[in-house]
Amino acid sequence: MKKWHLIIDVEKCEDCNNCFLACKDEHVGNDWPGYTLAQPLHGQRWMNIERRERGQYPLIDAAYRPTPCMQCSNPPCVKAGKGSISQRPDGIVQIDPVKAKGLKEVVKACPYNAIYWNEELQVPQKCTFCAHLLDEGWKQPRCVQACPTGALRAEQVEESLLNDLIESQQLEVLHPEWGTHPAVYYKNLYRFNKCFLAGSVARMHNGAEDCVQGARVKLFRDSQQLCETETDAFGDFKIDRLEENSGKYRLEIEFEGSSKRIEDIEFQASLNLGVINL
Amino acid sequence: GNGITRYTNNTNGGPVFVYVKDGKIIRITPIEFDEEDAESWTIRARGKSFTPPRKTTVNQHTLAWKSMIYSKDRLLYPMKRVDFDPNGERNPQNRGISGYERISWDEAYDIVAGEIRRVKQQYGPGAIMNGSGSHHTWGALGYWLSARMRFFNALGWTQIVHNPDSWEGWFWGGMHHWGFSAHNGGGESYNTVEDCLQNAEMVVFWSSDPESTSGVYGAHEGTIRRQWLKELGIPMVHIDPFFNHTAALLGGKWLAPKPATDSAMICAIAYVWISENLYDKDYVEKRTTGFDKWQDYVLGKEDGIPKTPEWQEAETGVPAKDVRALAREWGKKKTYLAAGGIHGFGGACRSATGTDWARGMIYLMAMQGLGKPGVNMGGMQQGTPVDTRFFFPGYSEGGMSGDLFGTGAAVSMYQRLPSAPSVNSVKQIVPRLKIPEAIMDGHCEGYPTDPSTIEGQFFKFAYPAPGYSPVKMYYKYGGSHFGTMCDTNRYVKMYATESLEFVVNQGIWFEGETKFADIILPACTNFERWDISEFANCGGYIQHSFTQVNHRVAVVQHKCIEPLGESKSDFQIFSDLSKRLGLGTVFSEGSNEFDWCKRYFHATDLPYNVSWKNFLKKGYYVVPPLPESRRDPVAFRWYAEDRLKDTPELTPLPGDYSGEYKRGLGTQSGKLEFESSSLKRFDPNDPERPPVMKYNPSWEGPHSELYQKYPLLLLSPHPRFTFHTQSDGKDSTLNDIKDHRVLIDGYYYWIIRVNPDDARARGIKENDLIKAYNDRGAVILAAQLSQRIRPGTVHSYESSANYDPIGKPGKSPDRGGCINQLTSSRMMIKKSHSGAYNSCLVQIEKWNGEGEEL
Ligand SMILES: Nc1nc2c(c(=O)[nH]1)N[C@H]1C(S)=C(S)[C@@H](COP(=O)(O)OP(=O)(O)OC[C@H]3O[C@@H](n4cnc5c(=O)[nH]c(N)nc54)[C@H](O)[C@@H]3O)O[C@H]1N2
Ligand SMILES: Nc1nc2c(c(=O)[nH]1)N[C@H]1C(S)=C(S)[C@@H](COP(=O)(O)OP(=O)(O)OC[C@H]3O[C@@H](n4cnc5c(=O)[nH]c(N)nc54)[C@H](O)[C@@H]3O)O[C@H]1N2
Ligand code: SF4
Ligand code: SF4
Ligand code: SF4
Ligand SMILES: [Ca+2]
Ligand SMILES: [Ca+2]
Ligand SMILES: [Mo+4]
Repeated sequence: MKKWHLIIDVEKCEDCNNCFLACKDEHVGNDWPGYTLAQPLHGQRWMNIERRERGQYPLIDAAYRPTPCMQCSNPPCVKAGKGSISQRPDGIVQIDPVKAKGLKEVVKACPYNAIYWNEELQVPQKCTFCAHLLDEGWKQPRCVQACPTGALRAEQVEESLLNDLIESQQLEVLHPEWGTHPAVYYKNLYRFNKCFLAGSVARMHNGAEDCVQGARVKLFRDSQQLCETETDAFGDFKIDRLEENSGKYRLEIEFEGSSKRIEDIEFQASLNLGVINL
Repeated sequence: GNGITRYTNNTNGGPVFVYVKDGKIIRITPIEFDEEDAESWTIRARGKSFTPPRKTTVNQHTLAWKSMIYSKDRLLYPMKRVDFDPNGERNPQNRGISGYERISWDEAYDIVAGEIRRVKQQYGPGAIMNGSGSHHTWGALGYWLSARMRFFNALGWTQIVHNPDSWEGWFWGGMHHWGFSAHNGGGESYNTVEDCLQNAEMVVFWSSDPESTSGVYGAHEGTIRRQWLKELGIPMVHIDPFFNHTAALLGGKWLAPKPATDSAMICAIAYVWISENLYDKDYVEKRTTGFDKWQDYVLGKEDGIPKTPEWQEAETGVPAKDVRALAREWGKKKTYLAAGGIHGFGGACRSATGTDWARGMIYLMAMQGLGKPGVNMGGMQQGTPVDTRFFFPGYSEGGMSGDLFGTGAAVSMYQRLPSAPSVNSVKQIVPRLKIPEAIMDGHCEGYPTDPSTIEGQFFKFAYPAPGYSPVKMYYKYGGSHFGTMCDTNRYVKMYATESLEFVVNQGIWFEGETKFADIILPACTNFERWDISEFANCGGYIQHSFTQVNHRVAVVQHKCIEPLGESKSDFQIFSDLSKRLGLGTVFSEGSNEFDWCKRYFHATDLPYNVSWKNFLKKGYYVVPPLPESRRDPVAFRWYAEDRLKDTPELTPLPGDYSGEYKRGLGTQSGKLEFESSSLKRFDPNDPERPPVMKYNPSWEGPHSELYQKYPLLLLSPHPRFTFHTQSDGKDSTLNDIKDHRVLIDGYYYWIIRVNPDDARARGIKENDLIKAYNDRGAVILAAQLSQRIRPGTVHSYESSANYDPIGKPGKSPDRGGCINQLTSSRMMIKKSHSGAYNSCLVQIEKWNGEGEEL
């Protein structure tokens, strides 16, 4: 059986919140019998958008990570649900609002914090993957339909095809170490969970400070060279996908015979080294 | 199926399908096209083909509509302020303080019609004042330029005239150098999407965040096009004190000048181009005038100060080396300049130096050969290859107003939509930014927003007009001004004025300002009435504004549900009141809203392609694009090549050509003028607006005395998630967006973005409640710490719909979030009617929870 997957490209998400609002439009004020009770007007975030800014003014970037229920294929919530939560053959994990009434503890069972407690109706609730629409023949859930950038893609695919996608597009899941096997995959997740080292290279030229384009920038850890890059027209370089708290680095910058070394760069998070004068 | 009917409607953020079951709206979605709908266009560029997806996109605020329709803040029945008695004590001092009681429509109409009659008879013409927001629920017939104009023309009214709010610096400045008065000073944009994709080597976004503003009304149509730019690897630069959302999505170099200092950077770029020979000398010689004077100023021959990158660094805070690098890249590469979200916009144009910024944008393009392949203006937001020849009037054409002077009806509609013309007999007008002065001081002055010709803006006017009555009655339409005008505690205080005898507010929601009326008339939304319109077509001053979209879509705005409660459409309210005043057919011509839709349909080109019946049934029509070989010529290409104007618009007026019709621009010389002939004629010695642009520091900024006391520059751009006040507050789903409002102790606070350095210096942490204040007011906000705002600057969107004073209205801090309580009411230049919102100094501190009197 083909299973539903959601592929989220972090680099394409611009925090427009269309997904978040489309979800509310669909579920606030509407009960979908057999699928879910209505979402309350305020408070729940079935599509929860997390923000991450990296770097320091003025070399920064900002990324957003839409985070719905992961539709795990090994879902801890099902185990905790005492028969009230189940997985459909197409992979969608469903909370039965009748059977789950009063079961507040399942909220804690989800390690992704994707389940919300509806205080008024005394039921746990979460993203349904818009199963009520897919079952009616819709091609995509509401959030995917409303996304203007293509950051969200819903695919119903065989496991084998998925593996190709994972490899060719370098897809990742959140917290693989939990063994939950999410059906929600992320592309370009480095924008959210990895670090960069950036700086601007300049030099005095004809009596004025100028940006240096085309300087070679090499990054070393211990004696090993990790990568090499080049500065752009503004003298900027950015080395990305580094791990947080990953030790001491050394940077070497070369341009037209002159060179500069920066030793002992230690960083916890993304770092803008500022202007480096050759 | 399932008892669900799918209707169509339209919004400020795109057309939609509306699913209705049992008389209730259950969902609102973008429109997905089917096989019947016209094909999409394809652009071929650099070996690739680009075709837009077969659907419409929508904006955030569009997806929140259902929650706004069923909002608990809807006005559902007419109301009267409890201590207002039209025949006894009126208690104007209690406006905004005392509560309301429900009354019947009959009672409400009696009071309003009675007051209309009374003030006219007692005081004479001019006693009734009306104004509206700049925006409205969508629909060509329901729009404020349509039914509302026709109704008030029937009464005779003192019109509140708008400043050119969206354009400001372009209108009061830019226009004098390249004409385009009909565009309020913005330029033309035809077919630039194709040219940019094919020929541009760099795009500079300057005060431009189309991913937040969608141009205007453009939904997310431009997003995919900008992603194509990225796909082609075209480098981008973003010049904005805020790392805006276009920058965050697309990447590229971010340069962050202090607000309102951009004109210094412009001078420095020109300096590098001149001293390093990086500009188009041939074009400057043949296609421009007055360059010598500009060159002398830039090089310092005039005032002894060469405008070097180092010089600008002291003003803008942007390193000299970065500006030099930008100038060199720009000089070497064919570059598109997106100045504002669309032509003629941009937050920088709404600052004390807005005229200079806009002038400078034009100067830079004039130096690089505006109109040559790959050298043009725009950020992929306008200029798609849709068919511009298909006639469908936008809202500025005036709908059913028949208004010959205040709308585009005389130009575009009268031969197409037969209807009785309507004219306001009252010549008195009040400038919108000075309503409080008109009411409280009894007099004020202004300059007109007249786009018909460059000189239109020179005709200074005064209130009161000779022989007219001062305003006694304010018929308010909507309740946005506390959130959108400047120094808005003025607007709050105004309502307590004794001589303002009567205030009626016709609105949809209980917004901050609505609570200051004596009588409230509940209007319904566009989902509860009939209308007709086109996607992103406002017509008029943004001619062919629909080139922002990927497919032109004409829409029937079905009446999807019955009006909620006792609310009625604005048309119906005006119609009912007209009847009571003996003006029934003058207003409606005997047609109801549905009839008017049909009449409007027949005024468009639709009947050539689709029958009324089928249009009504399907709900929309996609206008086919022209074949590739017949696409519009690229904007300004004719000008660069010194040919007759061949782009599809009829402006400027024939009389505004100094020579042959269609040869050249609307300036006196017909050329791009570095030295403006119109300003030389009007006031060559105006230090605020000299004929050649100069860097003038902002009158409220780092050079002001006030800076010692209020050391933070406040930036207040257009709200990303709402359409101005229209979708904020109202208990809508938008309030839950993390980046819109923050829920703290049960209250949804408006956000202010603070650089972590500035926050640390004041002991402010994420989500702390802070007070932002200056001598004009204080606003309580939730702090968001962000590297996206340059140090020394704070960022908070304008347009809160709530006004929630902690104490006496107008004299205490507001926790609703009306950031415009802090902005200055000074005109950007004296000889204008303009808002300089982005020149505003404030201080912030942790809020101690108190509501002391200001
Ligand atoms: N600080 C700062 N301030 C700014 C700006 C800025 O850049 N910075 N920009 C300026 C600009 S460009 C603009 S355009 C203005 C906009 O400022 P406004 O035009 O004042 O703002 P809107 O929110 O569009 O106002 C629309 C009002 O009409 C009401 N309304 C909408 N539809 C209907 C309807 O169908 N019937 C009735 N009866 N009422 C209706 C709404 O409820 C709302 O009260 O703001 C300006 N203010
Ligand atoms: N979501 C949404 N979209 C809208 C609207 C809305 O209310 N909400 N309003 C519509 C209307 S009426 C209009 S007029 C347009 C407005 O469209 P624009 O005028 O283009 O929008 P703004 O947000 O005012 O300004 C754009 C950018 O300019 C930056 N900026 C402000 N001051 C300066 C400055 O001094 N220098 C520089 N370099 N940059 C500066 C701001 O940080 C912002 O990122 O948007 C339209 N679209
Ligand atoms: S709709 Fe798409 S781009 Fe917008 S916030 Fe959601 S995922 Fe991101
Ligand atoms: S994310 Fe949480 S709620 Fe969703 S399937 Fe996994 S464990 Fe269950
Ligand atoms: S799939 Fe449906 S339920 Fe889940 S987040 Fe998207 S819109 Fe909401
Ligand atoms: Ca160039
Ligand atoms: Ca003229
Ligand atoms: Mo505007």
